[in-house]
Amino acid sequence: MASAIRDKALVVIQLSGGNDCLNTVVPYTNDLYYDFRPTIHIASEEVLPINDAFGFNPSMGPIKRLWDEGKVAVISGIGYPHPDRSHFRSMDIWHTAEPEKIGQEGWLGRAIRTLDPKGDNVLTGVNFGRGLPRALGCRGVPVASVGNLETYGLFPDLQDEQARQFALETFAKMYGGAAGSDMVKSFLGQTATDALKGADILRTAPAQYTSTVAYPNNPVAQNLKSMAQVLFADLGTRIYYTQHGSFDTHSGELATHAKLWQEVSGAVGAFMDDLKEHGREDDVVLFIFSEFGRRIRDNGSGTDHGSGGAAFIIGRAVQGGMYGEYPSLKVEDQLEGDLHFNNDFRCTYSTLLEQWLGLAPAPIVNGQFEQFACLKASAA
Amino acid sequence: MHQQDMTLMAHLLRRAGFGATRDELEAAVTRGYEAVVEELLHPGDAQAMPEDIIRRYHVDQSELRQLDAAGATWMYRMITTRCPLEEKIALFWHSLFATGYAKLNQARALLNQVDMFRRYGLGRFDTLLVELSKDPAMIIWLDNNNNHKGAINENYGRELLELFSMGIGNYTEQDIKECSRAFTGWTLGNAEYMAMRASKDSIWPYGRIAWHFTYRDADHDDGAKTFLGETGKFNGEEIIALIVRQEATARFISRRLFQFFAADDIDAEGEQVIQAMMRSYFDAGYEIRAVLRILFHSDYFKSKALYARVKGPVELLVGALRLAGSYRKPTLGAHQLAYQTFYMGQGLLQPPSVEGWHEGLEWIDSGSLLERINFIAKELSNLSNPGVRAIIDRLAAEDGGMLTPPQLVDRCLDLMGPLTVDEETRAALVAFATTEGDLNLKECQPGDASEQRVGNLLRLVASSREFQLA
Repeated sequence: MASAIRDKALVVIQLSGGNDCLNTVVPYTNDLYYDFRPTIHIASEEVLPINDAFGFNPSMGPIKRLWDEGKVAVISGIGYPHPDRSHFRSMDIWHTAEPEKIGQEGWLGRAIRTLDPKGDNVLTGVNFGRGLPRALGCRGVPVASVGNLETYGLFPDLQDEQARQFALETFAKMYGGAAGSDMVKSFLGQTATDALKGADILRTAPAQYTSTVAYPNNPVAQNLKSMAQVLFADLGTRIYYTQHGSFDTHSGELATHAKLWQEVSGAVGAFMDDLKEHGREDDVVLFIFSEFGRRIRDNGSGTDHGSGGAAFIIGRAVQGGMYGEYPSLKVEDQLEGDLHFNNDFRCTYSTLLEQWLGLAPAPIVNGQFEQFACLKASAA
Repeated sequence: MHQQDMTLMAHLLRRAGFGATRDELEAAVTRGYEAVVEELLHPGDAQAMPEDIIRRYHVDQSELRQLDAAGATWMYRMITTRCPLEEKIALFWHSLFATGYAKLNQARALLNQVDMFRRYGLGRFDTLLVELSKDPAMIIWLDNNNNHKGAINENYGRELLELFSMGIGNYTEQDIKECSRAFTGWTLGNAEYMAMRASKDSIWPYGRIAWHFTYRDADHDDGAKTFLGETGKFNGEEIIALIVRQEATARFISRRLFQFFAADDIDAEGEQVIQAMMRSYFDAGYEIRAVLRILFHSDYFKSKALYARVKGPVELLVGALRLAGSYRKPTLGAHQLAYQTFYMGQGLLQPPSVEGWHEGLEWIDSGSLLERINFIAKELSNLSNPGVRAIIDRLAAEDGGMLTPPQLVDRCLDLMGPLTVDEETRAALVAFATTEGDLNLKECQPGDASEQRVGNLLRLVASSREFQLA
């Protein structure tokens, strides 16, 4: 490629299982928090305060550092009407931006289709992890799903590199045949060729990568490192996706939740350092979400499914601060024992789609939603 | 054995089941096509991996709350059954009456539904629809437990007509309402209590949810209804009786069966076959078995239908495992199988919506294609898999274990199918095999270089375009 492609990129980190937002953005001066959370709470002296009323979970050091640099927007009270406390259904709702009925297309799949209607670049959207999340699923939109960037592609189980190359050559010959007028075989041939092309291109990314940043050795950090590698290789990828979990902390929450956030924060911190080292801080915004929050009252060992959560938008282009309303813990304000959401997640989606990716949001999120002013106007 | 008979039988066993090993194929050809069709249509004792064995080794498959465990349970059955059509028809109905885990949060209820498909799936369509209407998973999935006298919920009534029988354009909105009225009272036993128990988190602990059907006469709207032009105080059974009588239903079911068992696309000749299927549907009193019999015996099925379908992920994976001979005993990591087909685009027991999966070429995209090929290539090149060893043993036994590259390729294609491949495919495979000259399998040790060569070739055969097709 003659010129490097530097369009803005969105990195989405899905926290699977329902992140306990009360123990993530802690209302450490609110007595009700301690009343409802006799066992599963963060002591006020342990939180990392972000202001007089709220503080981050103590495991979120790197994200607190980014907050201090003004790069973190916290969206509190995020949710949707008639909250669903089923992992699958709620995650589907977030993925398809369709709370009222079963959605057919992923919001990011639609975004990719809008960004690249003819599918010129098979790497416009890349998922890091096996199996394509529904958020990226959209008929006819190719999305690479990378389990391991270094071995991504065909026959990763063939250890012998020479044997693998040989097998790949034969494969290319088998699939390169014209197949006459057989539409099905032609389609298979074309799809395989696209997949291999994408794989070949993606595999150049780690080879070109140099950095002094050390990413922790856990899956989410390694996935973010892979994202950095792909980003710096300027392959035209606009949407990156990965997930971490499980945040479904019905029991043993304190230790598990701390570890998970240590991993996510460490990963995000390393990634942001890497962006800085490579002068790419202005090119990327991260979005972290979960499918629901958890119950206000703990169950003695953990917390059960609730609703109303918190999301994060992180980047140099972000206008740091708290957005949305932090839901009230008072009994009369609760929604069936849960935090009452006060902003539809599609507002956040619309914000990212329009203000960051430059796309008209309404067709993608099935409606018009008020946006947040959490991205700096100068990030143009 | 006549090559043509082998090719035809392999095709039948791929379509009505998940394919066959060479031993199974030879035994089937000896029994003859007609006999095998009848055996398939009358599943007897499946002799699949016994449940108590599965549960002894897989604790997660004892309670069957979770999706991967439940998927693996069904996979074990598909892999080890001696009555493959029983599983294939269950898979067909599961795809058509797509009921998903996402809303139920309870895998056991879904497996109970699959079991119902096994019992009734080849029988009369009206009986099957009645059973479906009483199935707890379906009742919850389409909200029929919220369908009350005086306050109907149209979800089941609508989908029954739109997606499960006649299809759009063959009934009116009023028909939907009347249909829904007829199914009032068809609900869950002790529904309020079950809902309360489910409200916290219905997945666990074990035994918390035990949905069962109950008919609440007090909640049933027994007034007169006009449905498809007929009037009467119809209950659910009468509505179904009217539905299955319709030509639109015959056409719908025949088309769907044709597309699942014969060809993804319906051409003019295919239309003729569908007409014949529709006739047998009526002649045999709506029996699915009869409809399939007509299909399996049609000239179209025996000729034009070869390789006319893209294998669905479950079909592909189970077929590969049956050929490779793996997972015939409880195997560590079996629950991963459910994840594998999910990565390939078909999560068992979790269709994305009531419309089910989009089949045919829609199974194929750049992500799913790599997942499909990688899995089966690895499985079928693994020299310790019994099915792969069986192939090597056959190669070693024939021709004194000495094979030229073209012979090796042709024998492998034969033993993996028999597979019919394009000239380009065959040429590429022969070129691959030729690089190491003639193969000598005499007196070779398990796992040594000669066997590795066979494994590598089997990998490429499994990766071919043709192997992706049924």
